Amino acid sequence: MYEAATRAEPPSIPVIQGPAALAVEDLSHSFGTREALDRVSFTIPPAGFTMLLGLNGAGKTTLFSLITRLYSNRTGAIRIFGFDLRRQPTRALERIGVVFQQPTLDLDLSVLQNLRYHGGLHGMRPADCEARAREELARIGLADRANDKVRALSGGQRRRVELARALLHRPSLLLLDEPTVGLDVESRRDILRHVRALCRDQGLAVLWATHLMDEADADDAVVVLHQGRLCASGGVRAVCAATGASSLPDAFRALTTRDAGPHEPKPQEPRR
Amino acid sequence: MNAATCWYCLRSIIVREGLRFLHQRERFFAALVRPLVWLAIFAVGFRAVLGVSIIPPYETYVLYDEYVVPGLVAMIQLFNGMQNSLSMVYDREMGSMRTLLVSPLPRWYLLVAKLLAGVTVSIAQVYVFLGIAYLWGVEPPPLGYLAALPALLLSGLMLGALGLLLSSFVKQLENFAGVMNFVIFPMFFASSALYPLWRIKEGSPTLYQIAAVNPFTQAVELIRFSLYLRFDGGALLWVLGCLAVFLGAAVLAYDPGRGFWARRGGPAEQS
Repeated sequence: MYEAATRAEPPSIPVIQGPAALAVEDLSHSFGTREALDRVSFTIPPAGFTMLLGLNGAGKTTLFSLITRLYSNRTGAIRIFGFDLRRQPTRALERIGVVFQQPTLDLDLSVLQNLRYHGGLHGMRPADCEARAREELARIGLADRANDKVRALSGGQRRRVELARALLHRPSLLLLDEPTVGLDVESRRDILRHVRALCRDQGLAVLWATHLMDEADADDAVVVLHQGRLCASGGVRAVCAATGASSLPDAFRALTTRDAGPHEPKPQEPRR
Repeated sequence: MNAATCWYCLRSIIVREGLRFLHQRERFFAALVRPLVWLAIFAVGFRAVLGVSIIPPYETYVLYDEYVVPGLVAMIQLFNGMQNSLSMVYDREMGSMRTLLVSPLPRWYLLVAKLLAGVTVSIAQVYVFLGIAYLWGVEPPPLGYLAALPALLLSGLMLGALGLLLSSFVKQLENFAGVMNFVIFPMFFASSALYPLWRIKEGSPTLYQIAAVNPFTQAVELIRFSLYLRFDGGALLWVLGCLAVFLGAAVLAYDPGRGFWARRGGPAEQS
């Protein structure tokens, strides 16, 4: 699918100007005895598209929960554009826009009411919020649905509204946790294309978590998580080259089987 | 974080809560019908059974209907507090709580805003109920309606904070029936909502002791006294104290560093 790098020197992540959009340093987290993340470190550049790849249970959701401060890290550090999430949570969080894995819109409220709620949560002035909401809805082609109840929208449209919502307060880092789960092929492609365009046109940093390898592009950066550990990070070509694989899925397979080999198999599914 | 930011945030949380309430018509009717059933059926039946002597804040003999109204007002708030708690658990399971918690405002503020939103909705219900009770013949002094407002705010916050705290213990939605059985009913029945404390004392001194320290009793008395333009300092202190304890514990439970999530994992990790 993706050609292995033909050049001897594979391109790496672009040189970072200023602080990284997201810097994760030596991050571990466990629930009781179950280790969900084990000394994970990586950075994503201030602009550009980064794929966070991992199978279910790899620790992606835990990582997202920590980055969005659902709960705090106890070891290691997370910095958003240089702001430590534990020490300056406000400065860090106001720079993040998130699309969660689970749908989080109020189905009985209108699209606009949902967006207003979110704008308020970010302390936006109602007038600004209104203007921004219209702008983002126009961008996703749902301007005429602003007053419809979310319940009346299709799955793909709801996801687009969630995307508009995540961008409302003009974040510089957009996090998406398996945003295409449950969508049909068409909507999946739509969302991906839309986010890539945003990333390109607005200079956003995007972290897109998925287990679907075909969502990655040859020019993307990838972060590969497996069983709570970081297996690889860097440009797709570099990662492929490093593993000697000809495509990203091959590289991923090589990385995750190699990594699982010598270690004790860990329980994949956390207990309730 | 400045005052305007906080206000926009609070306002949007209240608006959302209000809209959700209006959209759930059944909930609105259920919330109104419950106390009305108590007032129109239970109170009428009980009127003959239970004589209420002259106790403060009343200056004359009152009918049982009149006695029970403040208790029913507190009941509305109790149910609302628990309903909010239920919706917190639901939001947590459904993931929509993440939307709230990813806000850059401090988490304690978000929780307090959420509480205030719930209390606003409950106070609206209370006044509708008081309006119907007025037509029923329960007529506290007109100024009492105004004087009761701060009392309603405090008691609503206290009961809401209790609900918030409970929501952090309830892991799944299905476990919520337990909250009904072990919290709402005991709190309601072992209180001065339905019968005066001295009556309970006649029946069982132990139950009297329990009822006297029941925060719900204090909420009922605070509302009762303020509605009749009297001031009950003891009840006020009790309610304030309980509010501080419940809210403090709830904020700790939801604290990103110390709370239950850091130990148990978020909604997606739990499933």
